[in-house]
Amino acid sequence: MALLDIDNLSVTFDTDDGPVYAVSELSLSIDRGQTLGIVGESGSGKSQTAFAIMGLLAGNGRTAGSVRFDGQELLTASKKQMNALRAHRIAMIFQDPMTSLNPYMRISDQMAEVLTLHQGMSKRDAVAEATHMLDAVRIPSAAERIRLFPHEFSGGMRQRVMIAMSLLCKPDLLIADEPTTALDVTVQAQIMNLLADLQREFDMATILITHDLGVVAGFCERVTVMYGSRVMEEGPTDPLFAKPTHPYTLGLLGAVPRIDDEDAQMTAIVGNPPNMADPPSGCPFHPRCDFAGDDCLTMPPLEPFAEGRARACRRPVEKIAP
Amino acid sequence: MSSLLSVRDLRVTFPITRAGDMPWTAPRQLRAVNGIDFDLEAGKTLGVVGESGCGKSTLARGLIQMVPASGQVVWRGETDLLSLSRRQMKRYRSEIQMVFQDPLASLNPRMTLGQIIAEPLKTHRSDLSSEERRRRVAAMMERVGLLPQMINRYPHEFSGGQCQRIGIARALVMEPKLLICDEPVSALDVSIQAQVVDLLKDLQRDLGLAMIFIAHDLSVVKHISEEVMVLYLGRVMEKAPKSALFADPQHPYTQALMSAVPIPDPVAERAKKVIALDGDLPSPMAPPSGCVFRTRCPRAQSECAQTVPQPGTDAHRTACLFPGPTKQSELGHEM
Repeated sequence: MALLDIDNLSVTFDTDDGPVYAVSELSLSIDRGQTLGIVGESGSGKSQTAFAIMGLLAGNGRTAGSVRFDGQELLTASKKQMNALRAHRIAMIFQDPMTSLNPYMRISDQMAEVLTLHQGMSKRDAVAEATHMLDAVRIPSAAERIRLFPHEFSGGMRQRVMIAMSLLCKPDLLIADEPTTALDVTVQAQIMNLLADLQREFDMATILITHDLGVVAGFCERVTVMYGSRVMEEGPTDPLFAKPTHPYTLGLLGAVPRIDDEDAQMTAIVGNPPNMADPPSGCPFHPRCDFAGDDCLTMPPLEPFAEGRARACRRPVEKIAP
Repeated sequence: MSSLLSVRDLRVTFPITRAGDMPWTAPRQLRAVNGIDFDLEAGKTLGVVGESGCGKSTLARGLIQMVPASGQVVWRGETDLLSLSRRQMKRYRSEIQMVFQDPLASLNPRMTLGQIIAEPLKTHRSDLSSEERRRRVAAMMERVGLLPQMINRYPHEFSGGQCQRIGIARALVMEPKLLICDEPVSALDVSIQAQVVDLLKDLQRDLGLAMIFIAHDLSVVKHISEEVMVLYLGRVMEKAPKSALFADPQHPYTQALMSAVPIPDPVAERAKKVIALDGDLPSPMAPPSGCVFRTRCPRAQSECAQTVPQPGTDAHRTACLFPGPTKQSELGHEM
C-alpha cells in the first residue's frame, strides 16, 4: 500500500467573484522513502495540494475526493486526528522561513514545543533533542544558537531551523513547499544537499513542491507536472526530462535558461497562464499549445502510456511532431 | 570614441544609526557599493550578477542618483552625472530609464495603462500635442505586445508578465539610450520569463539600446549579456566578456556561483560537482579585511586578509590573488 494515496482530489475556493478552481481531479501516490516532485508555475495548484493534505486550507476552501495517509482518510479527519498526525507523522517546510517561525519565541522554545506536545517529553529532554537536530542540519555551535530568536539568523540558517523542526518527530512524510525559493543559489545548493542527505538518513517519503525544474532534476525520483489546477504529465524523473511527451512539459523545459549549454535558447511559451476563476474549457493548456486542436476542448483523462508514466493529452508530442 | 557610460570608483555609503545611539554618536557606515569601475558602449548589454546584499540594486540606483553616490559617472564622454544638481539631472533622466523588479508594485494602481505609459511624455516632453502623445503611446503598446483595447485598464487587471511589459513600455516611450533593468524577470514564471527576455533582446536590437541587466540568476544573464560583472559585498569580483566568463571563470566566487546553479537535466545535475561555500554572507557593516570573499573562499591564504585584490583593467579582470581554474580539491560532494 502506498504511504500517501490521493484520488480525484479537487480544491475549490468560494470567493465573491465566484468559485476559483485551485486543484481539479488530481490523483497521485507516493511510497515510503520515495521522493516526488510537484512542478508547476504560480497558480497551478501545487501548493494548495499540499495544504489540502495537511488540512491547512483557507476557510473558504472546499475539498472533494480522497486523500489517504497510511490507510487513514485525511479530508474528513477531525481536527484532533489531524493534530495527532501533523508534525508527528507528516511534516511541512514552508517557503518563507521568516514568516513561518514565531518571532516572539526563542528557537529552543519553538522546537521543544513540538516534542513536549507530540511525544510528552520533558522540556529539558526536548531541548537536548532539539539541539541534537540543529547539529544534524549543520548549524555551527548549536547549543548556544538554540537560545537565539529567529531574527538573529540569516535566511539560510532559518530554513535549516525549519528543516530541523520538521524532522524532530521523524515523520514518515515530509512536504517541502518551495523550500529554497527565497534563498540565494549558493545557499540553495547547501540546503538541497542537506535535504537529500537527511531524506536518505531518515528514509522519509518527501514531496518537493517547486517551480524550479533544476532543483527537481537533482532531488526527485518521480515528477508530477501541474498546469491550471491539473496534472499534465507524470513519471520517473529521467525519462520525463529526457523525452517529455506533453506539450506543456516540453514547453516548460524549453523556456528554462540553462547555464551548462553554450547555445541553448530560451524558447517562450506564448500567451498567459489561465485565470482559474474562469478556466478555459477542456485542457487548460490548449489556448497556449502549439499542437492544440478541436479535440482539446474536452479535458483528456490522465492515462498511462509507458512504463510508470502517464499524461493527460490527446495530442502528445510524438504524435504531432515525431 | 568614448563610451556611452563610463563609471569610475563608484561608491554608495549609507549611514546607519543603531538603536540606543546618542545623537552625537557618529553613525556607522555601510558601504553598499565600494569602488566599482566599468564602461558600457552604446547598444551593448552589461549583466550584473551577485547574491542578495551584494550591492547590485544599489549600484543601479547610484548611477542615476536615486541614492547619493560618489565617484564619477560620465555620460557620453562629456557630463559627470554625479556632479549635476537635481534640476540639471532631469534632462538626462529621459535618456536613462529603469525597469523594476516587482512589476505590479512599480505601477500606480490608480492610473490606467494609457496614463502610465503617457506620464513620462507629459513630464519630459510637454511640447508634444496630446494627439502626438496618443500616437506614441499606441505605437509603444504595440511594440511591446499590448493590445490597443487594453489602454483603459488598470494594473491589477493584468498578469505579472503583462505588467512587466507595461513597465518596459513606460521606460522606452522616452526613447532612452540606456535601459537599466533591475531583476526584471525574477518575479515572473518560467514560461513568461522567456517572453520578457526575448522582448528585451528584440527591442535592444531594433532601438540600439544599451542595457544594464541586473539579476541573481546567472543563466538568465548569460542569455542577454555581452559582458558580465560579478559582485560580492559591494565589490567587483570578476568582469569579462560573456563567453570568456562562462567558459573560463577565474575567480573562486564566480566558480562557486556557477556550480550552484541547478541544471534542468537529471543526468547532468546528479553528475555535477558543487563548490560548497561555507557559512553565510558576512555583515556589510563589518566586512572582512583584505579580500571580502576570503571568509568563505576555498582558496584563501593568509595574504588574503592583508591585501585587497584589485580587478585591474583587462577585458577579463579578476579581483583575486590566486585566480585560475577550479582545483579538484575545492569540489564538494555530488548532489
